[in-house]
Amino acid sequence: MLDVQKVRADFPILNVDAHPDVPLVYLDSAASSQKPIQVIEAMNSYYQEYNANVHRGIHRLSEEATSVYEGARIKVQKFINAPSHEEVILVRNATEGFNLLAYSWGGANLKPGDEVLITAMEHHANIVPWQIVCEQTGATLKHVPFTDEGTLDMDALDELLTEKTKIFSFTAASNVLGTINPTKELVAKAHAVGALAAVDGAQAVPHANVDVQDWNCDFMAFSSHKMCGPTGIGVLYGKAELLNAMPPWMGGGDMIRRVTLEKSTYNDLPYKFEAGTPAIAEGIGLGAAVDYLNALGMDNVHAHEQAITSYALEALSEVDGLTILGPKTAAERGGLVAFTIDRLHPHDIAQLLDEDGIAVRAGHHCAMPMHKIMGIGASARASFYVHTTTDEVDALVTSLNRARKVFRL
Amino acid sequence: MSADMYREMILDLYENPLNHGELDPCTFSHEEDNPLCGDVVKIDVLLDDDKKIKEIKWSGDGCAISMASASLMTDHVKGMTIEEVMELNGQDAVDLLGVSNLSMGRVKCATLSIKVLKAGASAVQ
Ligand SMILES: Cc1ncc(COP(=O)(O)O)c(C=O)c1O
Repeated sequence: MLDVQKVRADFPILNVDAHPDVPLVYLDSAASSQKPIQVIEAMNSYYQEYNANVHRGIHRLSEEATSVYEGARIKVQKFINAPSHEEVILVRNATEGFNLLAYSWGGANLKPGDEVLITAMEHHANIVPWQIVCEQTGATLKHVPFTDEGTLDMDALDELLTEKTKIFSFTAASNVLGTINPTKELVAKAHAVGALAAVDGAQAVPHANVDVQDWNCDFMAFSSHKMCGPTGIGVLYGKAELLNAMPPWMGGGDMIRRVTLEKSTYNDLPYKFEAGTPAIAEGIGLGAAVDYLNALGMDNVHAHEQAITSYALEALSEVDGLTILGPKTAAERGGLVAFTIDRLHPHDIAQLLDEDGIAVRAGHHCAMPMHKIMGIGASARASFYVHTTTDEVDALVTSLNRARKVFRL
Repeated sequence: MSADMYREMILDLYENPLNHGELDPCTFSHEEDNPLCGDVVKIDVLLDDDKKIKEIKWSGDGCAISMASASLMTDHVKGMTIEEVMELNGQDAVDLLGVSNLSMGRVKCATLSIKVLKAGASAVQ
């Protein structure tokens, strides 16, 4: 198990007051996690001790920067158990990963009559790039609905997956319902009809052991900033043979082998997809975040979140008028709980919680289609991470009850 | 803080909104949402022969601030000409609410209905 008090000491921001004399209760890690001191120091040390461009100079600073930056890529490779570091493309975030995939793979492979399958519980990052590329190529975008329990409708999936399906792109864990999808099974179903399988790992990789070889997915995108790392860096994992066959999507330095004024040949993986000077400090920070999570142990991280989520589901169900979205037990879900309260709009909830120093997300969480299906405009969401305590969940419940009083409910 | 933002008047309007509903027929009807949070406001307007607002109704879904603001704003513009409406701005909406400490995010809630009204009005101008 995690020693939560010890973990908390690693996060400097947890000592900061939300408002004068109101301590911070940070329940918004699903939007972006806080950063442990180890990550902040790793980035500082790059800037203070060996700041230079990578893959270029032959001077000491550049060599060191290159070696630590590339070392981070290898840490990520091992973290998700990718077969090779060449399959770890460093991008800005999960969103950029999906855009790369849709533009490069989709642009080269989709044609009229083809289908792209997503689910109704996707983040906009795994919807909009496919809409764009389908519009450009004449392919059709379809989606798998979810049930009233907040799980994927597997019967509908079996009907929607056909030989027309070229790729099935779905989230491993929903950022609103909290649902953990049966990723391995979904990948196998896609492969059974000859489709590729792309996984949105943004809410999965930070919270549990993820093994891309076990899942056998063809692609997976995720963001550093939700897993204790900095913003500005993320990952697109892809199987080497697929990535090799895909055209580059951005041109410039680093991604080339030889350039003449007429024509260029492209660099090997992963650099073929990494044009220009990368986010070096951020890559190094991501490496440090992987080290940090490994030191805690992903099994411990997962167990802690399960325990907190269980506690929260129970505690929140005591609040009058509160409806929890998604599966009802912690075992079926990740470390977040989205909810609505009768006659209390999520914005007002978040505003009143903020007065008590409690940070939650309110709105549609970049999943408008999903909220529409559920017949709500917005929801409030509390999300948990390695530093979350049951006391903080209690504070949330107390503050929700106070919010209801303010609203004379 | 909440003493100001969630004072009686705003909560009263949230529970018992003014000018709530739809108009049929109307001179123009316009709906927009706040893409950040999904709040939606639709405004229906009936102009008289002098192009002044004779009747106005709003409908929608949102937080106490955006809903109270829709009530106050629709009341405020009754009898105004389209030209007068087009001169209103976001600050007017915030002033109508009388809340002094709106954060940047919440200002968007307060100004949604004025935005919707002006977008609708500009089409008939
Ligand atoms: C499930 C899911 N996918 C994708 C994203 C997009 O992440 P980013 O904004 O870092 O690209 C998020 C972030 O909210 C997410 O929760």
